[in-house]
Amino acid sequence: MALAKQISQTTDGHVVGGQRLARRRWPLVSVILGVLTALTMSLSIWLIFVYTPIDALQGETQRILYFHVPTAWAGMLSFVIMAGLGIIYLFKPDERLDWLARASAEVGVVFLTITLILGATWGKPIWGAWWVWDARLTATLILWFMYVGYLMLRSYMGRTVESARGGAVIGIIGAIDVPIIYLSVNWWRGQHPVTQIGTQGALPPQAVLTIMVALVAFTLLYAFMMVQAYQLQRLQTLAQRLRIQVE
Amino acid sequence: MRMTRVFCLQIWAILWKDIRYELRSKQTWLGMGMFALLVLVIFNFTFDLHPDTVAAIAPGALWVAFIFASLLGLGRTVAAEREQTSLDRLLLTPVDRKAIYLAKLLGNLLFIGVVEIVALPVFAILFNLPIWQGSTLLTLILIVILGALGIASVGTLFSVLAAATQARELLLPILVFPLVVPVVISAVRATSVVLVPSVNEPPWLSLLLAFDVIFLSASTLLFQYVIED
Repeated sequence: MALAKQISQTTDGHVVGGQRLARRRWPLVSVILGVLTALTMSLSIWLIFVYTPIDALQGETQRILYFHVPTAWAGMLSFVIMAGLGIIYLFKPDERLDWLARASAEVGVVFLTITLILGATWGKPIWGAWWVWDARLTATLILWFMYVGYLMLRSYMGRTVESARGGAVIGIIGAIDVPIIYLSVNWWRGQHPVTQIGTQGALPPQAVLTIMVALVAFTLLYAFMMVQAYQLQRLQTLAQRLRIQVE
Repeated sequence: MRMTRVFCLQIWAILWKDIRYELRSKQTWLGMGMFALLVLVIFNFTFDLHPDTVAAIAPGALWVAFIFASLLGLGRTVAAEREQTSLDRLLLTPVDRKAIYLAKLLGNLLFIGVVEIVALPVFAILFNLPIWQGSTLLTLILIVILGALGIASVGTLFSVLAAATQARELLLPILVFPLVVPVVISAVRATSVVLVPSVNEPPWLSLLLAFDVIFLSASTLLFQYVIED
């Protein structure tokens, strides 16, 4: 009881470990992003399942593309953001940057997992195989492993400055490495075709519109989830600090 | 000029300390060497080797053995310092962090190199491979050293990082394996080109060298951030 009392006294807009606790339950940015995401996502689902024509060759399976491409985009975008934040963090250590980087990794790994699963689901009927060791697929899989390694390291190391620095280092090395992996797998596979996914020029205008809207919707969803994950990171850190204070 | 000399002396001092420690205990070398040999033996059983398949399987077997053995050694990069809690003292000495990194890297490279030099002839005997001509042997040794450098440069950086956690043996491979994929691809391909010459291959040896340079420079620059103050 005494502990609860102390915490409730401290949480009321006070400063804990240099960071202010949020008073608002629903921060404005979260509400705006949430509403925008809901709107664009509904629109894009309508476009995907009603508006676009069925692909002549691939049939209904082709609709997976409208989810696969945006999730892949969000998954890779979040790695770039994570690495960029890592570089800034090493020059200007600020724990908020680190929370953002970690949030980005957490959201990114979810998007990338969905991308891999959707890709395999599409690949089975179209290519006849769940998985092909093509440059894109391999690089994506390795990227997924890097995310997992990053998150494992972060959770093992706890919320320390060393952990944040280590995370930044993984982000930077990973960002250097992923293009190299892509290139080397490409060389390794030699003459194999790289892009089996229909090129943009081949898609009808409806499909291009749909994919653009889906990209916007998923980017907004990514931003919305980032804000939530960031808040969670922040609150977890503050809660840990409060616990230490109480003890 | 004087700065460079001092830098090299610092590297040598740390490296010599590690070599003497290892010469006395002999834990790492023996463990890694036996491990690499055992992996090669296991490969003999897992793949039913015929004279016509051996050239396709052998490079892969060799590199799997090397990579796993390297990781065993890399995991012990700062193990002695951790056990004796002398890492703080090493960090307190007025030595550039880059010197510490390069000394640790050279130490790892030496351990891996010795193990590989021992494992290579055994590998050739077990798999019955013709590697004894002068140029073939030299190229193979060069590939092995460059591959080891690539793995060790990333591995040294991350072993120090992983050593800060409780689960270091678990975490190190998870962090290192994805990152060394380009090195592994080019080393395996270069090895198989040496064993079975083929046309239309990219210049794997130069690529391996390029990957080494990239990893080495990135890790040297980033090392100061993973070692705690």
